[in-house]
Amino acid sequence: MKVLKLVSKNATRHLLRTFLTILGLAIAVMAFAVIRTSIDAWYAGANASSPNRLVVTNNISLVFPLPLAYKEKIEQLDGVTGISWAQWFGGTYVDPKNFFAQFAIDGESYLALYPEYIIPAVQKETFLKERNAVIVGRALADRFGWSVGDPIRLIGTIYPGEWDFVIRGIYTGKEETTDEAQWFMRYEYLDERMKAETPGRAGQVGSFIVQIADPSKAAQMSATIDSIFVNSLAETKTQTEEAFQLSFVAMASSIVTGLRIVSFMVIGIILLVLANTMAMTARERVSEYAVMKTLGFRPIHILGLIFGESLVIAGIGGLLGILVTFPISNLLSIVIKDFFPVFKLEIITLAIGMIASITVGIVADIFPALKAVKTPIVEGLRIVD
Amino acid sequence: MSKSFVQLHNVNKSYWRDTLEIPVLHNINLDVPEGEFVALMGPSGSGKTTLLNLIAGIDRPSSGEVSVNGESVSRLSESALARWRSRNIGFVFQFYNLMPVLNAFENVELPLLLTKLNRRERRRQVETALSIVGLADRMKHYPNQLSGGQEQRVAIARAVVTDPRLILADEPTGDLDKQSAEEVMELLSRLNKEFNKTIIVVTHDPRAAEKAHIQRHLDKGELNHL
Ligand SMILES: Nc1ncnc2c1ncn2[C@@H]1O[C@H](COP(=O)(O)OP(=O)(O)O)[C@@H](O)[C@H]1O
Ligand SMILES: [Mg+2]
Repeated sequence: MKVLKLVSKNATRHLLRTFLTILGLAIAVMAFAVIRTSIDAWYAGANASSPNRLVVTNNISLVFPLPLAYKEKIEQLDGVTGISWAQWFGGTYVDPKNFFAQFAIDGESYLALYPEYIIPAVQKETFLKERNAVIVGRALADRFGWSVGDPIRLIGTIYPGEWDFVIRGIYTGKEETTDEAQWFMRYEYLDERMKAETPGRAGQVGSFIVQIADPSKAAQMSATIDSIFVNSLAETKTQTEEAFQLSFVAMASSIVTGLRIVSFMVIGIILLVLANTMAMTARERVSEYAVMKTLGFRPIHILGLIFGESLVIAGIGGLLGILVTFPISNLLSIVIKDFFPVFKLEIITLAIGMIASITVGIVADIFPALKAVKTPIVEGLRIVD
Repeated sequence: MSKSFVQLHNVNKSYWRDTLEIPVLHNINLDVPEGEFVALMGPSGSGKTTLLNLIAGIDRPSSGEVSVNGESVSRLSESALARWRSRNIGFVFQFYNLMPVLNAFENVELPLLLTKLNRRERRRQVETALSIVGLADRMKHYPNQLSGGQEQRVAIARAVVTDPRLILADEPTGDLDKQSAEEVMELLSRLNKEFNKTIIVVTHDPRAAEKAHIQRHLDKGELNHL
């Protein structure tokens, strides 16, 4: 349509206003994308989980242990193809602020269940041989400047005392969503010291990880496992790894809900910003629209002008927002990577931001557009500016 | 008497403010033969603009019939009316009403965007219209770079660029100095004489009205001969 030539001329009429509107849109789209990415980060653990892994924990709470002896009983079940276990260590490295996830694991069986942790064969061999060996993720090693061979001391909180380790391996993630900020030490190291110091706490694990042959039988398998230990001293709660991870998100659900609300409020704000601009614009141009109608332009042309202009503004604002999202989210991912090891900007988030911007561009115009089309020519002409 | 080109038959027009009826035109009858130059005079608020709007098909009578060149304007649908206006009417406003973001050329070209003419044909027609009004050298100027008189001449070029047979002008000199007003009236007179355009011009100014062949007086909604 030849009338669209007018669109760009109209859009640049009040340069400052258009510029500020575009800037507002861009900031809103960027905020939206960053917030959505933060929400995704909470779910990163769940998204990275494997459908054929079940997690068995104490039915009362995660902080209560299970006897290691349960292993034999679970292992024997049909459909179980692997089992391992882990215990949360929770030690302090130099300063309590240096928080990171520490698990005591059964080396061989655990790493077999987690093929997404990629470790050089030599390093893995050493880890399996030495009691106080530790494997850490690449991100964690970078955070503290650790390299293979470094001796590290942690101060136990759950398991009191000084604990000395040697970094023997650094793993990298197979997927982008793999958590590269974990510390894996050997369960034997922990358990032997418990046997010596507090025998009552030996032979206990925080969770079992059970590999099953058929993910579609996960619910059934979980029920079977839990039924074995019903009425025992430590009843179990078995769930898929995803459900287990989501239960952590659930603990923070009010934060996540808050973020979601904010992300929609941001969209609402873009809508207001643009609606305000377009309403101002439409008001100023009432008499111009009336003149165009007098010349024979029909409602479709007027609508083309109005929607065209706001789509141009919304489109540029959305694109600009996406462009600034990249550096901002990169920066943010560095700042918060200790707590959100996986902070990844998804294409879908950007697409939603762009679609939201365009949608807002259309919605913001409905009212001014209806008004412009419906105002009789004689009314429009009577308004003298 | 020659066949009428513009004909109003028993036209009444009222505006409504909520439930209050504001009568503006009473029983107007008007016959304008093709090629005539009519001045419509009358005090402010007497309904001159309303009458012109009815003829232009941008407003509808409350009752009665408006026809132009045999077409019953008051009976056309909105979109048919828009199309009809673009082909048959050239409208000139008191305040010129040019698009501020378009230069003189683009303003005059605007009505041609609704036609099938290609870019070259449009250019030729716009240049012709602008040279008729004597502004061929101001094509790239924006409205705010033109004087009032020049703006109104651009507006007249915009009104004639589609070559309509009827030109309606609502107080085209109302906002102009004497010299410019003179030029604008002279221009309308030329369009009437040289191009045989039928022209109806609303004006306060008796001096301006002198250029017309027929002067009609509107008072309190009634139309009288002078
Ligand atoms: N859209 C409208 N709504 C209500 N009253 C109107 C409207 N347009 C014009 N009028 C009234 O109709 C009368 C005639 O107006 P108008 O045709 O503009 O007069 P003129 O052009 O002769 O000054 C005036 O009293 C004016 O207030
Ligand atoms: Mg008037």
